[in-house]
Amino acid sequence: MKNVLKIATAGSVDDGKSTLIGRLLYETKSLEEDKLKAIETSSRNKGYDYLDFSLATDGLIAEREQGITIDVAHIYFSTNLRSYIIADTPGHEEYTRNMITGASNSDVAIILVDARKGKLPQTERHFLINHLLLTNHIVVAVNKMDLVDYSEEVFLEIKKTIEELAIEYPDANRTIHFVPISALKGDNIIEPSLNTSWYNEKPVLNILESIEVNNSFNTVSLNIQNVIRPKTEQYHDFRGYAATVRGGDLAVGDSIEVVASGQKSKIKSIYLAGDSFKKAKEGSAVIVELENDINVTRGDFLIVGNDKYVKQKSIEAQLCWMDHTALSERSTYLLQQGTSRVRCKLKVSGEKLMKHHLNETDALAINDIGTVSIKTSKEIIGTSYATDKNLGRFIIIDEKTNNTAGVGFIL
Amino acid sequence: MTPQKLSKIENVEFTINNILEPNLLESEAIYIIREVVGQFEKPVLLFSGGKDSITLVHLAHKAFYPAPIPFPLLHIDTGHNFPETIAFRDELVEKLGLKLIVAHVQDDIDAGISKEESGRYASRNLLQTATLLNAIEKHGFDACIGGARRDEEKARAKERVFSVRNEFGEWDEKNQRPEVFELLNGTIDHGQNVRAFPLSNWTELDVWNYIRSEHIEIPSIYFAHQREVFIRDSMIWSVSPHVYKDEDEVTQKSWVRFRTVGDMSCTAAVFSHATEIDAVIEEITDSKISERGARIDDKRSEGAMEKRKQQGYF
Ligand SMILES: Nc1nc2c(ncn2[C@@H]2O[C@H](COP(=O)(O)OP(=O)(O)O)[C@@H](O)[C@H]2O)c(=O)[nH]1
Ligand SMILES: [Mg+2]
Repeated sequence: MKNVLKIATAGSVDDGKSTLIGRLLYETKSLEEDKLKAIETSSRNKGYDYLDFSLATDGLIAEREQGITIDVAHIYFSTNLRSYIIADTPGHEEYTRNMITGASNSDVAIILVDARKGKLPQTERHFLINHLLLTNHIVVAVNKMDLVDYSEEVFLEIKKTIEELAIEYPDANRTIHFVPISALKGDNIIEPSLNTSWYNEKPVLNILESIEVNNSFNTVSLNIQNVIRPKTEQYHDFRGYAATVRGGDLAVGDSIEVVASGQKSKIKSIYLAGDSFKKAKEGSAVIVELENDINVTRGDFLIVGNDKYVKQKSIEAQLCWMDHTALSERSTYLLQQGTSRVRCKLKVSGEKLMKHHLNETDALAINDIGTVSIKTSKEIIGTSYATDKNLGRFIIIDEKTNNTAGVGFIL
Repeated sequence: MTPQKLSKIENVEFTINNILEPNLLESEAIYIIREVVGQFEKPVLLFSGGKDSITLVHLAHKAFYPAPIPFPLLHIDTGHNFPETIAFRDELVEKLGLKLIVAHVQDDIDAGISKEESGRYASRNLLQTATLLNAIEKHGFDACIGGARRDEEKARAKERVFSVRNEFGEWDEKNQRPEVFELLNGTIDHGQNVRAFPLSNWTELDVWNYIRSEHIEIPSIYFAHQREVFIRDSMIWSVSPHVYKDEDEVTQKSWVRFRTVGDMSCTAAVFSHATEIDAVIEEITDSKISERGARIDDKRSEGAMEKRKQQGYF
């Protein structure tokens, strides 16, 4: 299988995200004839004298009617070198939750900026969200260069404002690439453009092809999904635990500690579909047996080796609120970390990092990002997101509506 | 009953194979299937007899082995199936010791719940929705595992891995739950259900490559064979009592295969000489037409899939 790169677009509405993705599909010959024909027909019906590539990703009827992206679309294509999964996200503040959905599952963010408008409030919000997610690779594509005469000055000016943002939200592990493009006309998408002879770096596709993803984790863990008890004649006493190996490799003989109970054991065997393995590499879905009969249930984490972690009943975290009902400090919520769920109470503790433009109150309302103190009914793993991305993230579920109301990053 | 082992090494139980190198798409799909079982009380796997749902069964088998697959299969039978897929379905169920529930569109037509379409383009494809929703309600299923992939169609590209449906089976596409990282939230109210899509991030080619590497058996109609067909609207239709044909539409015997398999009235064939899997994969890699280019049901309008999904379709 080719090496997969997961990318999410970002940036304000109309900055050209969907057009860029459509253009990338077109230039890499990933649009099949029937899909291209559909785009040609629709563009003509709308009276355009160009191909409206946003139609390649704006898949909902309402999106095509309004000419905007409402929810994230997942697009798949590949070049000779690698495969790509692109999440084309909406730019409207109202749909930030859908942007987070796309961004949280990606390794790279392409932030688009309209050359005429420069950095907008949504540019900053999306930069901040990628900062919280600790996205290591950011491509800032200054788009619509055709409308500013491919001016180097305009490009450099915008580059400077984004570099200032990067100083405000620092991250030593982050690389930012800047590229001037016209998604509509096709400049600097897969080939260097003659219109920007002053630009000596790579076009968009080459930047993407050269990115190496290196997510470092500190803790090897198994988060139990199901207890496997076949209860058949042949496997009468079999008791296995189904989980995905995360954060590193797992080997038979590794010692483990169960969170939250604190019991210890060793990995006796590792299976997949009846085959037994001495070792399973990171990302393997497996079933393990333990050496002694201890009590392990769905939701438990098995922390592997002597990896350090902290158990806590109170944590500090950064929280993006995604629900129309504002956070209530008097309500209880469910906190889901991996497959484990505990009850919790939330309290806004610090300055808000980003406010919805209409929210004048101190409460965390939809699309606000702030720092919260969380008290949980049982001990949870308190490892920070910066230390371990797998363990340090969680969602908040509102039990009254069942909605996923927030996403959090442990500090 | 212990299910048969699927692995290549059939005779040695729990062979020591050294190191497991994960196929990340497989791991993701297994993770999703296990979450369905972990989070819901009464899941079911929607089984069409097509390659995607067969792949799902294979993944479910791997996810829980040596325990049997802990949910039944549900087939919405239009009565207009390719006979090959039905024979294949029954064999698979037998081999893996699965529980199969069949809900018949014909029963709903007889009961006056559904009305048969007529004319040139008559199909029972749309009628499946009512039968599916009735079956979900009757059996009390709270999660339906489906084989839909995001690369298939533009409305599907928008769907979550856990997609919530209200008590009428409707998809509220403009107001989906956020779905961050791998964290799946399947909490629902009584009467609602979740459609879960483990193959969300697979492409058509990924499925075929997986079928090849895992030696998964699939129905013969996916491979080139000779068949009586006729051409209408530049699509290749099968000659069958279930497919309407004008008298002046000329039939011919041709080498064809099916790239996607719905029922006979909504699935068109493609000309092909690919009689085995390597040739099929080569053909798809070179194809300039998308997989659903041969789905008559998608041709009805630009938003055809989205509209069907809003109403509770797969
Ligand atoms: N002139 C020009 N227009 C563009 C360019 N890229 C996008 N557009 C137009 O800007 C509008 C918004 O584009 P769209 O891709 O829908 O933006 P999104 O909201 O960020 O996805 C559309 O009318 C596009 O045709 C560009 O490079 N040059
Ligand atoms: Mg868009």
